Amino acid sequence: MTKQATSRDRRKRRPPVVLVVLAALGLSVFVVPLLGLLARTPWRDLPTVLTSDVVLDALRISVIASLGATAISAILGVPLAWVLARVEFRGRSIVRGLVVLPLVLPPVVGGAALLFALGRRGLIGEPLNQMTGLVLPFSTWGVVIAATFVAMPFLVITVEGGLRNLDPRYEGAAATLGAGRWTVLWRVTLPMIGSSLAAGLALTWARALGEFGATITFAGNLQGRTQTLPLAVFVAMESDRGAAVALSLIMVVISLTVLIVLRHRWWGAI
Amino acid sequence: MKRHRAITIGLATGALLISACGTAGDGAGGEVLVSAASSLTEAFAEMEAAFETVNPEFDVVLNIGGSSALREQILAGAPVDVFASANTSNMDLVVDAGDVDGELAIFARNRLEIAVPSGNPAGVTGLTDFARDELLIGLCAEDVPCGDYGRQVLQNAGVTPNVDTEEPNVRALLTKVEAGELDAGIVYATDVASTDGGVDGVAVPDDDNVHADYPIAVLADAPNADGAEAFVAFVLSDEGRSILADHGFGLP
Repeated sequence: MTKQATSRDRRKRRPPVVLVVLAALGLSVFVVPLLGLLARTPWRDLPTVLTSDVVLDALRISVIASLGATAISAILGVPLAWVLARVEFRGRSIVRGLVVLPLVLPPVVGGAALLFALGRRGLIGEPLNQMTGLVLPFSTWGVVIAATFVAMPFLVITVEGGLRNLDPRYEGAAATLGAGRWTVLWRVTLPMIGSSLAAGLALTWARALGEFGATITFAGNLQGRTQTLPLAVFVAMESDRGAAVALSLIMVVISLTVLIVLRHRWWGAI
Repeated sequence: MKRHRAITIGLATGALLISACGTAGDGAGGEVLVSAASSLTEAFAEMEAAFETVNPEFDVVLNIGGSSALREQILAGAPVDVFASANTSNMDLVVDAGDVDGELAIFARNRLEIAVPSGNPAGVTGLTDFARDELLIGLCAEDVPCGDYGRQVLQNAGVTPNVDTEEPNVRALLTKVEAGELDAGIVYATDVASTDGGVDGVAVPDDDNVHADYPIAVLADAPNADGAEAFVAFVLSDEGRSILADHGFGLP
């Protein structure tokens, strides 16, 4: 009896071969391209390439744009998620659809839409330009806006998910004990959805870092002003493939490091 | 519509080309994949239609993009039949890699022109305006033919441009000028004509201008060599030449 039970347990524990094979193939989808990249990496020239002006400028713009987009997403996206999760109103499903639209929209379409809205001749861009002289396209602000447009949905849907899973009785209890609305939000709600918020911020940042299509369409491409790492890779692919590979490698290393460091929170939320 | 289709095809190329391999070339007829420079967008759309009318057994698929991007696709092994480049240097790199079998032919010539938004709101009068800091100036990226030519033209005029964006191909640059987001950019004369008044042209003086030579070739690994040769012959024929002339290209 005991022996039978153990062998059955063991069989249960061993995953089905078909699944393992398919899982390995699934993993290879992600790993094989990386191997291709590593195989082409000009290791000897790497230090020179990585300290070149083009790379350092692109790195700087990418850091500014991805962190800027993440900050704006946090400031605007958390309230948006809260409204979507907690306020019943007509058209909420439409608003939710609008919020996730950038996830499925080709980024180049997003870039064109931004240009028609915020460009110098755009719906809002034109009066803005006349009043303040501000021109968003071809500026670092334009890069931040493009990145925010494509990346903020990740924050909103993750945080909204966290809020919906949160038992409202905790907030209710805090309110009963005399906490004001802001106190409840800061001391109860946000800490309790901390893992969703962290996952949302990480996803938002990662998406912003990798943004390409909306950026080149809306903000253009100029070294030191609007050229992010992905744009630098795109340009280098046609001129200096070694540099393109080296730049790609930096992006892989940065992204992977951040995602691995954040993986506990990540798994906790999704 | 044609233009949109061509652009869509161009964007999807990276993924599609690899998988489209091996479908063409069974006997006479079939698909002919033509990689053509952005500045050829309209001319080659018409070329495709005219060629298919005469040779209904072939189906030309246009892959439009910056010549340098097209060159990289070919060097990476994309199963392209014909390459039509906007300059000789990108074609030379393909030839050097042994990817061209037969001979090259120069099939069209082009000139550079300054494109400004309709009505020329910034009052651009010539190449010297490219140094003005308060204007939004665009050029093509350096490795794209229009970027190379554009810089040559500015150098000829002794102007150091104050550039605000380096666009990946000439049509991306043209679109931003047409939208009024850029005050000026250097494009081909044929591009200015293609917008039907969407942009105005400001001439580049002959002394500063350069001749852009457009070479075309059948690729050594063309999956559909028969179709490729038929298409190139058509481009070089009187009918092909008249289509190019209609779109403002010079003929060699």
